[in-house]
Amino acid sequence: MKVGVVTFPGSLDDHDAARAVRLAGADSVALWHADADLHGVDAVILPGGFSYGDYLRCGAISRFAPVMTSIIEEANNGMPVLGICNGFQVLCESHLLPGALTRNQGLHFLCTDQLLRIENIETAWTSAFADGAEIVIPLKNGEGSYQCDDATLEMLEKDGRIIARYLGQDPNGSRNRIAGISNANGNVVGLMPHPEHAIDPLTGPSADGLAFFTSVLTQMVGK
Amino acid sequence: MAKIVVDVMLKPEILDPQGQAISAALPRLGFSFAKSVRQGKRFEIEIEGEPTAAQLDEVAKASETLLANPVIENFSVRVEN
Repeated sequence: MKVGVVTFPGSLDDHDAARAVRLAGADSVALWHADADLHGVDAVILPGGFSYGDYLRCGAISRFAPVMTSIIEEANNGMPVLGICNGFQVLCESHLLPGALTRNQGLHFLCTDQLLRIENIETAWTSAFADGAEIVIPLKNGEGSYQCDDATLEMLEKDGRIIARYLGQDPNGSRNRIAGISNANGNVVGLMPHPEHAIDPLTGPSADGLAFFTSVLTQMVGK
Repeated sequence: MAKIVVDVMLKPEILDPQGQAISAALPRLGFSFAKSVRQGKRFEIEIEGEPTAAQLDEVAKASETLLANPVIENFSVRVEN
């Protein structure tokens, strides 16, 4: 089973994402932003970082990279896609997910171990969690405040598309404490905190993040 | 040569923490006039000759596609002499 990890100019967490994929038991495949070929992967991860220097808006330029054209097409056909941090921003700019991520309410760049609650275990990337699981994984961003209009927020709540919410003190001013959402099908997930940095207690605050990566393998075996 | 200006602003209902920080800094410098400040972006696009209606339509389309994110931002297009 092959999971692609995209590298844009300015991606930072592609290596950690690839390591998480391998630790979960899949093969990681490096995908390049300028190459539209997805090399036969079964799922794709858009990693964290500062693609194209966050110029214009976070994710705004990456969204038009050749690789994204293929990913958008496959995501609409049901291929699992996980966007982490900058990857979440790219998914919103691509309109694969609704809303947008804006400057943190407190203006500071945040870097902290964050408590979350998993609120939907029906998606391609959360099925290995227990319902309502509380996990600790790193949160590190400057523009992680999730914003959308009232109708979108109501729809996300009603359809159970808020897959993870911040617990404890509100870190960045996201509407309804949203840390992650999915598309209507549950194959596309965007998450602001970083599960790929929490896959091994030696190098992260926990191993809680690994279940995101094992989830997608279960999903693919089940097909 | 003409200059087309695209102004991009966060929608009024979207929180603008940068504008708030500027608004808070002004009185510290002795400027007491501001009730509030919102920060936006300005793009200056140079073209050859006078812009046609079709070109301005294209700029509006490009603004909607790339320069602004219509989910959180409004934009306006004008020609500056």
